[in-house]
Amino acid sequence: MDMSSGDLNAPHSMGTTIIGVTYNGGVVLGADSRTSTGMYVANRASDKITQLTDNVYICRSGSAADSQIVSDYVRYFLHQHTIQLGQPSTVKVAANLVRLLSYNNKNSLQTGLIVGGWDKYEGGKIYGIPLGGTVLELPFTIGGSGSSYLYGFFDQVWKEGMTQEEAEKLVVKAVSLAIARDGASGGVVRTVTIDKDGATRKFYPSETLPLWHEELEPQESLLDILSAASPEPMMS
Amino acid sequence: MINLIGSESDSQRTLYPYVTGTSVVGIKYKDGILLAADMGGSYGSTLRYKTVERLKKVGKHSIIGASGEISDFQEIMRNLDELILYDNMWDDGNSLGPKEVHNYLTRMMYNRRNKFNPLWNSLVLGGVKNGQKYLGTVSMIGVHYEDNHVATGFGNHLARPLLRNEWHADMTFEEGVKLLEKCMRVLLYRDRSAVNKLQIAKITEEGVTITQPYALKTFWNFSAFLNPTAGAEGSW
Repeated sequence: MDMSSGDLNAPHSMGTTIIGVTYNGGVVLGADSRTSTGMYVANRASDKITQLTDNVYICRSGSAADSQIVSDYVRYFLHQHTIQLGQPSTVKVAANLVRLLSYNNKNSLQTGLIVGGWDKYEGGKIYGIPLGGTVLELPFTIGGSGSSYLYGFFDQVWKEGMTQEEAEKLVVKAVSLAIARDGASGGVVRTVTIDKDGATRKFYPSETLPLWHEELEPQESLLDILSAASPEPMMS
Repeated sequence: MINLIGSESDSQRTLYPYVTGTSVVGIKYKDGILLAADMGGSYGSTLRYKTVERLKKVGKHSIIGASGEISDFQEIMRNLDELILYDNMWDDGNSLGPKEVHNYLTRMMYNRRNKFNPLWNSLVLGGVKNGQKYLGTVSMIGVHYEDNHVATGFGNHLARPLLRNEWHADMTFEEGVKLLEKCMRVLLYRDRSAVNKLQIAKITEEGVTITQPYALKTFWNFSAFLNPTAGAEGSW
């Protein structure tokens, strides 16, 4: 008969929001920038979108150590593979190398990853590699603890064949929404867009992001508010 | 270094699954075998992936359906594809039939179970060769048997009673599909991890086919559903 472990062992991922999205001509990868140890923010400007090759990048979530070591090994293997192949590696090969490490060390690792890139055979591709080492080629995927707040959002707004601008806007909006509600996500929004011409990195500090429910416009100081306002500036 | 990509020397054990598929249901009918499975990949209680193909062709004569950990199913498929490849390379006109594939799967599952490192899957293997219909199942601990109708997971509890009552020998394709859809609909009502997107696989002497994904209608218009707590406010 079947065995089921029940909800007692439901998986959990730690801090981060990561996103990978395909568009007409390439992919957009996005992430927040918060690395936490417990309640303390160890790094408020981390870069969770890591380069594997010129044309393939990886979004890291879960254990920082585990995700870093996996991407370091894959970068190393891909470097050799590129030399031996004589041309840029495909995104699929990169994803499969990540799978080998994730699957064969599934008992020791706790990292969810998104591999995204562009190659001349398949164009822009996104591969989701959650805990356990399953590989799924998808039009878009989300990961990390902040992703819980984005399932409904993507169900509503996702559509195939977006332009690069639409895709980037969507990713930035989504990461920003997740940051608003997930304590383990925060900081800035980083994106990497990859197409036939290569990879472009973008940086969105909080001033450039929209304000959501119950968020206020940041001010330099109360004093500015007081001096700007006319009668009745203080609430009694 | 190579140890990292594939090592069985460390004593490890799979403790629990991460991305899982739910029930698979299979029946014999007049012309061959019919299998059904939905396309859900659950991540704990989240219905995370909704286009996971859990029915796959194996050679010319068989189809495998898997429930349980998807990464382990992907590994099983790699082994099966290699098995079929080497079988084809003999180029001797012989080909592995469903009985042989079922036996290979049984050995794989049982030997892993003996090492306390199971492949966390329940599998259904159906096929037709030389006019002989075959339908078998293997569990994660190596329990294996053949029957006229089989199911995994929740399907054992919800589908098999229906099949026991309504299955009969030499059902037509239409009768078979209707019966499977009845099972899948009940599973949709009562299995929390079911998703309304399924595929049906058909194996006959002519060959193996898997349908495009489709969704089932559900019925909610029982009068008792309209106002269920009318006679007992506060109840459910």
